[in-house]
Amino acid sequence: MAAKKKTIRTIPQARTPMREQDPKVRARNFSEVSLGYGLDEALVEADRCLQCPDQPCVRGCPVGIDIPAFIQKIVEKHHHGAYDIITDTNLLPSICGRVCPQENQCEGVCTVGDTLEPVAIGRLERFVGDMAIKEGWANIPYIESSGHKVGIVGAGPAGMACAADMAKAGCDVTVYEAFHQPGGVLKYGIPDFRLPNEVIDAELDKLKQLGIKFECNTLVGRLFTIEQMVTELGFHAVFIGTGAGYPSFMGIPGESLNGVLSANELLTRCNLMRARDYPNFDTPLKPGKHVAVIGAGNTAMDALRVSLRLGALSVHCVYRRSKTEAPARKEEIHHAGEEGVDFNWLSSPVEILGDDNKTVRALRCVRMELGEPDESGRRRPVVIPGSEFELETDMVVFAIGTNANPIIGQTSKLKLNKRGYIATDENLATSIAGVYAGGDIVTGAATVIEAMGAGRKAARGMKAYLGLRDTESVYDADPAGMRFGIPRGEHGFARLRLA
Amino acid sequence: MSNFEIVTRTDFSDVTYLLEVRHPLLARAARPGQFVIVMATEHGERIPLTIADFDRDKGTITLVIQAVGKTTREMQQNCHVGDSLYAMVGPMGVPSPIGHAKKVLCVGGGLGVAPMFPQARAFQDAGAYVIGVIGFRNKDLVFWDDKFKTVCDEVIVCTDDGSAGVKGTVAEGIRLAIEKHPDIDECVAIGPPIMMKGSAEATRPHKIRTMVSLNPLMVDGTGMCGGCRVKIGNEIKFACVDGPDFDGHLVDFDDLMARLKRFTAEERMALEHWNDTCRLMKQADELAAANARNDPEHY
Repeated sequence: MAAKKKTIRTIPQARTPMREQDPKVRARNFSEVSLGYGLDEALVEADRCLQCPDQPCVRGCPVGIDIPAFIQKIVEKHHHGAYDIITDTNLLPSICGRVCPQENQCEGVCTVGDTLEPVAIGRLERFVGDMAIKEGWANIPYIESSGHKVGIVGAGPAGMACAADMAKAGCDVTVYEAFHQPGGVLKYGIPDFRLPNEVIDAELDKLKQLGIKFECNTLVGRLFTIEQMVTELGFHAVFIGTGAGYPSFMGIPGESLNGVLSANELLTRCNLMRARDYPNFDTPLKPGKHVAVIGAGNTAMDALRVSLRLGALSVHCVYRRSKTEAPARKEEIHHAGEEGVDFNWLSSPVEILGDDNKTVRALRCVRMELGEPDESGRRRPVVIPGSEFELETDMVVFAIGTNANPIIGQTSKLKLNKRGYIATDENLATSIAGVYAGGDIVTGAATVIEAMGAGRKAARGMKAYLGLRDTESVYDADPAGMRFGIPRGEHGFARLRLA
Repeated sequence: MSNFEIVTRTDFSDVTYLLEVRHPLLARAARPGQFVIVMATEHGERIPLTIADFDRDKGTITLVIQAVGKTTREMQQNCHVGDSLYAMVGPMGVPSPIGHAKKVLCVGGGLGVAPMFPQARAFQDAGAYVIGVIGFRNKDLVFWDDKFKTVCDEVIVCTDDGSAGVKGTVAEGIRLAIEKHPDIDECVAIGPPIMMKGSAEATRPHKIRTMVSLNPLMVDGTGMCGGCRVKIGNEIKFACVDGPDFDGHLVDFDDLMARLKRFTAEERMALEHWNDTCRLMKQADELAAANARNDPEHY
């Protein structure tokens, strides 16, 4: 079949929109906001890829997915083939398709994007990943054991990514998690309407099929230390991905009033502990009727939108800079606005006011204006004198970032940096031989994909430390269409040979 | 998945019960002053419980629980020997520092008597002269007084109504102990906030260093949610990872007590909801039993 060469003029000009729940309806339910592509929509969007020869998108992807190849498979309606190509490099397409900031990665450099809107690569990845879950596909490679035992601390995105790479390199991997369920921030933090739990569980299942063991209810540091993992438990290498997790407060008066909480607490109660189904689940929450969330990052957007769904009559976002400086993804701010969030840009809280029962009744703020740029390059907000105002509220949520969690530092001799995070070299090796760390506990609060990237980077370092040949370099050396020296069509799995 | 088997259960009174749970690794790691977080069922909440004792040879830890809310009453009804808890994680918190004090006052109030025990034992092992002061509302609620006698050089039992030992709160016991031993150099108090506040006030004029173990509301217990923040002097601390032990003379107990009331209405609602469900279940069982009696074909 000789297809006519596509040009920028022949492809569908407009990006295929993804169906979404109506803002008014979705603001009151926890079902997913974006409904994903159907078969036809995916086909139309896949047709927008020019299959250009220089493939900037592959270089833009942190894990180097062969994007044009998987999109071509969608065009050919060979969806399992598309899934094969993605899972060569990324085991978690349903999660990454949803939470990656594609506008800064693959889609940001797409050739089509020079003239039109870029190809919706993330949505197509999600389409393939969701289809695999629905159809029960799983590409479990044949893995030859290397005899190495690897321990991972924390079953969040960094730990999951690191575990997958180490398991594929033939290591016997155990992941320890303090909560009663694996998933980390994907489970307790990101709400169901952005990333449904079924998707996380399906992706975790694939990790289990790789032979990875998850040990929940295990607080590493206190139950046994990092040093004990190396000396007594016999792990040849250890990865620490415990997340940042020690929420910041501002230190303004009234923070200990009832009704003041961190975004982490609100989200954990609602998402992981299912307080929204109270009293069928036992964890209480006491949702606010008028909620003020301080901060404008992705966590703040999640807190605002969760509050709406818990039945709040009004939700206010309070941020001391303007919309331009807000750290949240543009799409999140847009979605939150559609759902009815009231944004108070250039407003800074100064005091939380309480009633006689020590419960919040109002948040006092001041208006700000932007002055000269500060060391971060953003214009510094300056208080406008006499501009105080009060927001009537019965719940104040702090979403202004986190500090370093102290548990690992308290219980090990690992070197920490000045801010209390774990100190590492450029390969993410810590001060103890064989112990690596990555994600928020090294860098401070960041994104899911950055944590996954760190987990994979640490895995490369761990493989080198253990003397394992990196499977990715094997892959790079293979000619197109071949995988580890065997043509793809001849087998349904990838064979990993280790030096 | 969950294999936190209950190996012993003892009921001290209508409301207080003891569970001994098998977890060899936790028993090995536990130190006095630490706590665990327990989920009784998959739909349960995570509740922090101070470790009352640990037996490294048997590989068990002991929890003493008071049935006050929905979860603890449900556990009282459903947790039997041979059953398993859905989840238990720990040991959490910084272990209590067992210093070189020569004469120590170990004060336990109500349920706090249980977690006080391993600390008293640790002080005795460290060679200190240990005076135990344990307080209860009345003599029916007294437990572990004999156990305390094995690790203390002196034990003063106090009851609010005087039905056993000294009449009065533990503050009265502390006063008597200090009167007799002016050279006490450290005090540790565990119990309800009002009792720890009273203990801290009783030792403050004598400038005796007093450590208390705080019990705010928690979710994860790993420092991640900040629900357990407490005011210590001018600072805000997270009880789960910075504590749970703090200098009693610096703790803002009024703040702690106000924050403990955060979910009072929800807790009452949960308890009523649960009581109703239990009553309906019981009625249904009775009805089924009556039907079975009336209808010989029914089995």
